[in-house]
Amino acid sequence: SSGINAEWPLRPGTFPLTFGSPYNAVHDNALVKQVDLPSTTGHFGILPHHVPTIAILVPGTISITNEAGDVAKYFVSSGTATIHPDSSVQILAEEICAVADIDDGAVRAGLEAAQGKLSSASSEADKAAAQIEIEVYQSMISAA
Amino acid sequence: AVVSTQSGHYGRGGMATLKDIEMRLKSVKNMKKITSSMKMVSAAKFARAERALKPARAYGTGAASLYEKNDFDTSGKDSVLLALSSDRGLCGGIHSNVGKMVKAAHAETPITKAIIVGDKAKAILVKVIGDTFLSCFNNVGKKPTSFTDALDIAEEVLSHDYDTINIVYSKFKNIVSYNTEEKPVPSLESVESNAAIYVYDEVDSEVLRCYQEFTLANIIYHSMKECEASEQSSRMSAMENATKNAGEKIDALTLQYNRTRQAVITRELIEIISGASALE
Repeated sequence: SSGINAEWPLRPGTFPLTFGSPYNAVHDNALVKQVDLPSTTGHFGILPHHVPTIAILVPGTISITNEAGDVAKYFVSSGTATIHPDSSVQILAEEICAVADIDDGAVRAGLEAAQGKLSSASSEADKAAAQIEIEVYQSMISAA
Repeated sequence: AVVSTQSGHYGRGGMATLKDIEMRLKSVKNMKKITSSMKMVSAAKFARAERALKPARAYGTGAASLYEKNDFDTSGKDSVLLALSSDRGLCGGIHSNVGKMVKAAHAETPITKAIIVGDKAKAILVKVIGDTFLSCFNNVGKKPTSFTDALDIAEEVLSHDYDTINIVYSKFKNIVSYNTEEKPVPSLESVESNAAIYVYDEVDSEVLRCYQEFTLANIIYHSMKECEASEQSSRMSAMENATKNAGEKIDALTLQYNRTRQAVITRELIEIISGASALE
């Protein structure tokens, strides 16, 4: 569904959120109270009537507070976040994973492997790629 | 006894024609098995494509929201055509409809740059706008489109200069219909030069560039997922019709076979009887 959630004007304190990856639409124009997200210009929070914004996501944790006040946390890869003048919000990430689903063992193993890659990397591109991997894994560890 | 004399069924002795009908029956029965199994395969692929389309639509609609909610100039004279099809046929009018739309657009305003996805569209369009091809992609249609495929295509598009991209693709409506549509996407320059973008806070060149690139990949991904669902449902219909037609042909041929067989037997009986009476 595109466009504004028709119920929104009747539910103050909320705004419509579309949050998804190419394969998984977590929220499709669902009404939520608050979203906190990691961007290139720092972590910021979105409440209704936030100033229109265009932002780039960095890998990190997104927290979504629904109408009932429950907070759900997801780890996202990079992507984009848009807040429109009509207060609708679209957060699109290439990969989304519920923080609860993160496998700590796999993350630590991945981090070690990435650190190995960094020390054995020769080209600048390889070093940068390994550095990005390390940062993402460290971010995942602090998310859980 | 009255002998039915359908013309064309009396070859030498009629036995040779019986064999012909037998061969045709065998081949049509084989064809029916093939189209029937293709229909079932398409049905399975369609179910998967329709399921994948749901999140892809939310994703793609979200991505395009900036362009929907603001009026960026997409009438640019320097536009690139991106035609989305696949490598496989037997899906009704899917590819030819993309071809038709492109040809009609070309007749109105000549296309100068084109990127073609899928061998079928390439074959249809090479004669009309072959000299405008910047790049062609194939290996499309065998496996479901992944986001990485869309990234590859977006990267190719972004390596060229343009004002607007016009994406021609098949938008899925329902299991029996789709619409061939043209979707314009403004370039970074188009967006940057429009004052509307500065309503958005924190908009700097670098942010906007990343945003545009990612959004283009997202829109391409969504469009390809629409194509996938349209194509599989169209193939399902086409194979269903082919199977039904084959079934009707088998019934008609079987009828013909039986009549011919009876006619042959009747003729042999007459020969035997007249031969016997000649001996008396």
